[in-house]
Amino acid sequence: MKYVYYPGCSLEGTALEYDASTRAVMGRLGVELIELEDWTCCGASAAEPVSYLLSMALPARNLARVQSEQDGMDVLVPCSACYLNLRKVEEHIRNEEDLLGKINEVLEVEGLSYRGGVRSRHLLDVLATDVGAERIRAEVKHPLGRIRVAPYYGCQALRPYRVFDDPEEPRSMEPILEALGAEVHAWSMGARCCGAGLMTTKKETALDAVAHILRAARGADCIVTVCPMCQMNLEAFQKKISRREGEDLSVSILYLPQLMGFAFGMKASELKGDMNFVFKPELRQRLQAGPDLAA
Amino acid sequence: MRPEMNDFSTVAPPSHAEDVLSSVWNKVRACMQCGTCTGSCVNAHAMDLTPRELWRLVQLGLKDEIFSSKTFWLCSSCYACTLRCPRGLPLTETMGALKRLATAEGILKEKRSPRFYRSFMDTVRRYGRVREMEMMARYFLALRSPITPLVFTPLGVRLMAKGKVAPQMPSFSGRGKLDALYRKVKEVEARS
Repeated sequence: MKYVYYPGCSLEGTALEYDASTRAVMGRLGVELIELEDWTCCGASAAEPVSYLLSMALPARNLARVQSEQDGMDVLVPCSACYLNLRKVEEHIRNEEDLLGKINEVLEVEGLSYRGGVRSRHLLDVLATDVGAERIRAEVKHPLGRIRVAPYYGCQALRPYRVFDDPEEPRSMEPILEALGAEVHAWSMGARCCGAGLMTTKKETALDAVAHILRAARGADCIVTVCPMCQMNLEAFQKKISRREGEDLSVSILYLPQLMGFAFGMKASELKGDMNFVFKPELRQRLQAGPDLAA
Repeated sequence: MRPEMNDFSTVAPPSHAEDVLSSVWNKVRACMQCGTCTGSCVNAHAMDLTPRELWRLVQLGLKDEIFSSKTFWLCSSCYACTLRCPRGLPLTETMGALKRLATAEGILKEKRSPRFYRSFMDTVRRYGRVREMEMMARYFLALRSPITPLVFTPLGVRLMAKGKVAPQMPSFSGRGKLDALYRKVKEVEARS
């Protein structure tokens, strides 16, 4: 299995541990990732409020690069916002007849052109659909025993396009967690918004959103995420939220490939476990201890 | 569903709204005011108008009322309303279009959000990628608020302590990686 890898800006900065663990785990699963050369920002959620054409041209620049370097190969995207922006270009050029022409007029200044048709795939989609739980189970050296995990999917990997999971009641992480030997924390918050960019512009509203999610995770040993924005919002403001709500809402937050890496017997250093803001020592010990202590 | 059921092409937008609102008006003209969007919105409690109320104002072309609301700045793009809308309307995108219009028209009841988006896109123009610390520095400069940086300082310090980001001061001179692309976008948009 081979994919073009589009890490996106967060994975070079605030989400370095997501990048490291994704590469490590995919390597162990025999999946080859070829990083797209000279990739640029997808526009995140900031391009759309500034210019519609810019919000299409920025992701399209990357899709055009994929087409010129690795025509026919799917792009693997770990960040949900990048994933949606790349996919959105495909959906929009199919529905707006003059859009591709305009995009190509813009891309010409970069010496690029795009025909359409590059498939962007979320990391979770590739893990759940292409790799599959059985292949993942075969790599497990430290089954996670009684570790109870709340799967958090966020929004943009699921909506608005129905691609690999139910956009309201997602389940695609569950077979993966079960293959790791973990217990799945049953909750209804998996697809509920974390507030996303409002954490910067409308902080109180975003803190409300995160408080709801953290409270529902009570009883879980950790929440796992598949998006750098979700991860940041869920982990970075726990003290503030706990103080505000008058209760301890702290819970460890890990990226899915980090959790997988621990089950594969990898070390915390390989998975950059020191970079997480909330990774409680007792959980870390259980994850590293291997089958005996974990069970 | 018969195709003509959603065809409102013979209905014209209210005349006073034609210029500024016509593209947005087109997106929600088939709204039947069921309120599924409001019921699906995690941020509705913080909005001065519910999403359903906002769509009605758009249908009526009441520009002043629309842009004196902060509702669209509180959309976090979770797409729950878009997914559930029984009319299949692109509601999340319409929120984005309203942000764009408000910025373009200079109707800025809301100060922070447009400056944040602008700072973000300026960083991308310069480097091709987001540099988080420089982007925030630009945002703070644009806000001209002495308080806001302090609110974010603890997070910035923790990110630096983790080795995830390094302090970066924005540079405003010299050529940007995506200058040509941004210029071309502007040119093509001005034409259409």
